[in-house]
Parts: sequence; structure tokens; C-alpha cells
Amino acid sequence: MTPDSDLIVIGGGLIGSALAWGAQRKGARVTLLDEGDVAYRASRGNFGLVWLQGKGLGHPDYMHWSIKAGQLWPEFSATLYEETGIDTGWRGGGGLHFCLSEKEMEARRHLIARSREEGAAIRIELLDREALSEIAPGIGPEVCGASISDLDGEVSPLLTLRALQNGFRKHGGRIVVDFTAEQVRRNRDAGFIVKSADGTEFSGRHLAIAAGLGANRLAAQLGLELGLRPERGQIVVTDRIAPFLRHPTNMIRQTREGTVLLGSSHEDAGFSTGTDMETVSGLCRAGTRLFPALRAARLVRAWGALRIMSADGLPIYDEAPDAPGAFVVTCHSGVTLASLHGLELGPALAEGHLGPAPRSMRSKRFALQTA
Amino acid sequence: MFEGRAIPFRPGQSLAGALMAAGVVHFRRTPVSGSERGPWCLMGICYECLLRVDGSDNQRACMTAARPGMKTERQDGARLDAAGEQA
Repeated sequence: MTPDSDLIVIGGGLIGSALAWGAQRKGARVTLLDEGDVAYRASRGNFGLVWLQGKGLGHPDYMHWSIKAGQLWPEFSATLYEETGIDTGWRGGGGLHFCLSEKEMEARRHLIARSREEGAAIRIELLDREALSEIAPGIGPEVCGASISDLDGEVSPLLTLRALQNGFRKHGGRIVVDFTAEQVRRNRDAGFIVKSADGTEFSGRHLAIAAGLGANRLAAQLGLELGLRPERGQIVVTDRIAPFLRHPTNMIRQTREGTVLLGSSHEDAGFSTGTDMETVSGLCRAGTRLFPALRAARLVRAWGALRIMSADGLPIYDEAPDAPGAFVVTCHSGVTLASLHGLELGPALAEGHLGPAPRSMRSKRFALQTA
Repeated sequence: MFEGRAIPFRPGQSLAGALMAAGVVHFRRTPVSGSERGPWCLMGICYECLLRVDGSDNQRACMTAARPGMKTERQDGARLDAAGEQA
């Protein structure tokens, strides 16, 4: 029995779809298994930032890895558009982190200095209120300034996901939907076999587990303890408004269509994807402090989604030690890192290695901490 | 009042209902193509019947009860008030 594909990817979110697209377009035969709408679907509740300023301080491998992803976004977005005609809505030109007090300004100065010391290939500057008003008119009286970086951008996560899956199909990839992977095992002839509850099986020479919070139990079957846990974030969205904000920011983003997203919170709510009035009103208050005119806007929807958090909050790129050829990819920055996952990591996994993924980001690091 | 014209209504009637009964079907122009739009779903979902009501943009006429003395206008393009701009 020979495997039906070179690579099986479990998980049709932004990570799995990027890996599958990247591998298939480089000539591998890939099967992408998607659980369907019963999954938690972090990729569909996302805020849509490609966010680099301050990311990975104190973790040089993660910092350089993320910055590389940021640098690849223009090429990634252009490639998806060429292949599928879908514009992901990527917009660069600098992200703003707002400061509402002198203390916060000081913290940003410190962050900028640290980023420079650690050799981050990103330019971050601090704008005072006057300079900020020029690029973001309409800021409220409490806004003291903002840091801005050249690499940050924003994107529609939904269109990115759609472009990746359309592109994957166009290259001849196979997507299997409503498939809940229950069991993964190694087979001497067929590589890896993934089985659902009803007994349907798919086989692949290599395997990538990108199943979000579902990765814990699948990876455990191959001897990897990931310890992923959910962290809820809530987002509020307004009705459509004339364009007033041309930069992505840490708290507020205006989509191309005109709606304004306010985010985001961090809560431990188990596996609940619900919303609560206290958080929603807090997000609205924060948004109207930044842009007082938003008081006139209508709140149209609010939702909760679950981030996939590792013990130290950093991504995990790993290979099962006793089952070489089986990989795990998980992170809570599926948008920012999508470019790197698609253009570089996917093709590497299809060839049976982790490619450029830093070795320090394996799951072994957690075992060392608890030892 | 709609665009300066008095519109009769019954108590409890929606703005959309009163305006349509008075023969008004063009409520707004879209921000993207500028095409004319009017009420469609009549239950608050489609956002086609948006009007400027007493100076506030993006008010859904189907979800707003008509009241005496209201000033309503066609909305030409995107919501401006929440963007910090004057109509």
C-alpha cells in the first residue's frame, strides 16, 4: 500500500490551509482535512492584524521569524491574488499602537530601545500627539501619541483563508470537509494514516497537525505533549462608516468595507466562545476614547473566539521524535505568520523536514521548564 | 418631514412604511457605485433603507418609529458622523 498523498494536513484553518497551499504549489500531492463548522475556528474570529512591533522581545528566534513573516506579506498577498484573483485586503504602511498616558509613552520608548538592542529588523518610531493627528485625525483628547512601525499591516482573515483554499484547489489539492480526525498512526508502508470516527482513512507520506486546540489529543498519539489551552478574545464590530482610519492599530481597525473592529480582550473562559456585556462595553469605551466620533456608530455584532495558547505563548514547530515525518504547527498568530507558513514551511514539510523553523520552538522546551 | 416634504403616518408606523406609503422608494445612494437603494428586508438586516434622521447617519428606516417633527433626509454615500465629518 502506497500513501495517497505526500502530505496530509489536519486542520483547514489559516495555518493548515497555508501549509497545504504552499506544499501543493511546489508540486507535492496534499490532502487537507477540515473538521467543519463544529470546530472552534480561530481563523474566522480573528482581528486581522499582521503585527510585528514589539513581538518576540526576549525570544530572538521568534522575533526574527515573525519579522521575516512580515517582510514576506507583500509577496504572499500578491501571489495569492495572481493565483486566485482574490485580494486579501493586505494593507501595509505602518501600524499604530496608541498611548493614553505619559506612562504608556514611556513604556513604548522602552520597547523601541529594546527592539533596537535586540537587533530587530523593524523600524519603530514614537509619534507625539501632533504628529499622530496628521495621520489619524479625529483622535480624542486623551490620546498622547502612538508608536508606529513600518512592517505592521492588516488583512481580511476570511479572504486570506478563502484565497489559500481556492489556490490550493487550483493547484490540484484535495480538501476533505466535515472530517474529524480521531486517530493518527504510523504505518510502515503507507506513512501516516488518519482515521475518523466512522472509520474513513487517509494516508500520507508525511503528516502535519495544524488542528488548533484539537492538536493536543492528536499530537499525544504520536508522543508529543503540547499543553495548548484556549484564551478567549472578544471583538465588537460597528456598521459601515466613511473611511477615517488608514492605519491598522492595536485596538481598532477599519476594514476596507468601512466597518470598524474594536478588540480585543483576553479571558480564561474555558471553551466558551460567547460574549459578555462588561467586555463588550469596555471595548466600546476604549474605542470612543480613541475616536470620540465613534459614539454615533452602531454596534452591529460582537463575538468571541479562542486563541490557541502554548504554555509560553509562542508557536510550536515540532516533529514527533518517535514518528519522524509527523509534524505539529501551532500558534496564535496565524494571520501574521501565514506568509511564512505558506511560502516556506509548507514546502519543507512535504519534503519531510521543518525547513527554516527555529529549533528552539519545539515542544521540548516545556518539558525542560517543568523538569 | 422627508427632504423638506411633510409625510403623514399612523402612530406606531415605521419610517420606512410611512415613506413608502407616500411613494418614496429612493432612500439612499450607495458609497461604492452611487446607485439608488430603498427598503428591502424591512426587518433590520439588509441595511438598504438607511437615512439621515435628525442629523444622524445610517439610521435604518424600517427599525425606526415615525414621530412628529422628525427631519429625515436621503443619505448620499457612507456614514459621515461616526467618522468625525460633517454631512
